[in-house]
Amino acid sequence: MPRQVGAWRRPLRERGAFAGAGPFFMQDWLQWDVFETQEPNTMKILVPIKRVVDYNVRVKVKSDGSGVETEGVKMSINPFDEIALEEALRIKEAGNAEEVVVCSIGGKDCQQQLRTGLAMGADRALHVTTDEAVQPLAAARILLELIEKEGPEIVFLGKQAIDDDNSQTGQMLAALWERPQATFASKVELADGKATITREVDAGLERLEVDLPAVLTSDLRLNEPRFVKLPDIMKAKRKQLDEIALDELDVDAGAQLEVTAYEPPPTRSGGRILESARELVDELKNKGLL
Amino acid sequence: MSRVLIIAQHGDGSLNPATAKTLFGAKGLRVDDIDVAVFAEDAGEVAAQAAKLDGVTRVIKLEHPDFAHPTAARLAPEIAALAGNYSHVLGPSTTFGRDLMPRAAALIGVGQVSDVQEVLDSHTFKRPIYAGNAIVTVKAPADRPVIATIRAASFSAAGEGESACEIISREPTAEDPGHTRFIDLETGGGEGPDLQTADRVVSGGRAVGSSEGFETIYSFAKKLGAAVGASRAAVDAGYVPNELQVGQTGKIIAPELYFAIGISGAIQHLTGIKDAGTIVAINKDAEAPIFEIADYGLVGDLFEILPELEKLI
Ligand SMILES: Cc1cc2nc3c(=O)[nH]c(=O)nc-3n(C[C@H](O)[C@H](O)[C@H](O)COP(=O)(O)OP(=O)(O)OC[C@H]3O[C@@H](n4cnc5c(N)ncnc54)[C@H](O)[C@@H]3O)c2cc1C
Repeated sequence: MPRQVGAWRRPLRERGAFAGAGPFFMQDWLQWDVFETQEPNTMKILVPIKRVVDYNVRVKVKSDGSGVETEGVKMSINPFDEIALEEALRIKEAGNAEEVVVCSIGGKDCQQQLRTGLAMGADRALHVTTDEAVQPLAAARILLELIEKEGPEIVFLGKQAIDDDNSQTGQMLAALWERPQATFASKVELADGKATITREVDAGLERLEVDLPAVLTSDLRLNEPRFVKLPDIMKAKRKQLDEIALDELDVDAGAQLEVTAYEPPPTRSGGRILESARELVDELKNKGLL
Repeated sequence: MSRVLIIAQHGDGSLNPATAKTLFGAKGLRVDDIDVAVFAEDAGEVAAQAAKLDGVTRVIKLEHPDFAHPTAARLAPEIAALAGNYSHVLGPSTTFGRDLMPRAAALIGVGQVSDVQEVLDSHTFKRPIYAGNAIVTVKAPADRPVIATIRAASFSAAGEGESACEIISREPTAEDPGHTRFIDLETGGGEGPDLQTADRVVSGGRAVGSSEGFETIYSFAKKLGAAVGASRAAVDAGYVPNELQVGQTGKIIAPELYFAIGISGAIQHLTGIKDAGTIVAINKDAEAPIFEIADYGLVGDLFEILPELEKLI
């Protein structure tokens, strides 16, 4: 399998975490010295993607309140992550990046989403394997390990995952990495080692300029992700996908918060269909709303 | 020792209403001390407003030229430095709080409880997941500071107290990391009430068809004294600016009266209006899902019904 090593960098902190991680990492450590003399003239973008229940599925809480129904439910790449990946691919296609790497943290199943990412056009994939649920701070700590190994100039995440709706991981990662963050991006412009990001904020559109490396998170209007074509799916099967067991990383990935109960939201029952505008006005007046 | 620190959100010299709602949420923690931190270039005005709010123990002013347009990267270390004195640090679940608070939480080394909609006790909260299709109860560890964002739509605003509390000044302790620069902020300059806190909201969807079509919505909203909102489809089509979007990825609102006009009622939109008092839907399709949750529905063409309604009000 061809390896792209030109843009690799010495990790920020040297430690033995990767040394025991099997032949894949050994090889990189051995090659490090050769490549560190070459100034990396290319940019790498790391795109973390999360496997979530597809946004079209109406999620239901299990009757025993132990979680939500995910059995037999369609799973997809978190839509915001897909937008982040699309943007990374466009940056690469415009000649502003050399490599787009997708990564995911989770069980074996999330390789389906990584393969979809590869079919969209990512060059290779990293899978941090764990069967435990990973909360945002733990995800950020794990991603920091990948950053140290990969040396990306941009880490592009979705602004939130549509399962937990936390909207935390990107910001937490930027804090731990001590690098800029530009969240909720609806436009990205790159020049001279800087990014100008238009952000969707409550008051309107804010523009920030950040030095790279930086963490960006995508909002919905950034782009419309491409559809994958069948030949790309076939090609994606041959692309490189490396597994890293979470236990092999030197990370405290424990849960910070304990979820003690799941319940369905209070339902709003539908009201009445009225016959006329006049009737509506009368109803609203009766309720003291007009 | 239970003490709460609230990070104030403000703009143009006035306190954002989300701050008073965060304060209301904080009162549910049943603690004695609630401090409000105001980061600003000149915090005087905003601090004075915060000091009047009922339930605030003390307002802490932190003034620096960097805080004219502070970024999360600049503010998070300041918050982390203050956090040592508190059991809870809270921010509003607005784009300001959602950008800033997780960065501070990571520096402190704790997880964050996002979008608190109900406070059960000092360390137990309810929050929505899956676009509000499920509500989870989360417990934060008792031996660490709790970092949380408070969903404004779920709480009323704290009112003004009898007298203003004390205002103290603190020196900022962190430095500008220098890697993140504010360029500008473009606002739609919308007239009328603020969407996030308005008592009445009129939202238009894809069916409104154009910016000109939205004049019908604006006109009706004006007559009602309502703020204007929109579905994502209407924003994506460019009929109205992004800050009008209501829903999972837009604003979560809880007006007393909400009009959904030419909006189908996608789950992501409904997430934004679940806590509304009364919902009125106008849609030409009697089968549209919006009618399943609307208190009152009118089936028909919005361009015929709206002008008629406007005349009757
Ligand atoms: C991750 C994700 C996040 C999202 N976040 C949001 C969000 O925050 N907010 C949001 O709104 N959406 C969001 N969406 C999009 C959402 O799924 C819907 O696509 C969107 O809400 C549809 O907008 P709409 O109801 O205006 O358009 P449509 O679904 O096209 O509905 C138009 C409606 O107008 C009616 N109509 C047509 N002509 C007339 C007429 N003349 N008079 C009266 N009625 C008429 C039709 O019957 C139809 O019901 C999100 C989607 C995803 C995937």
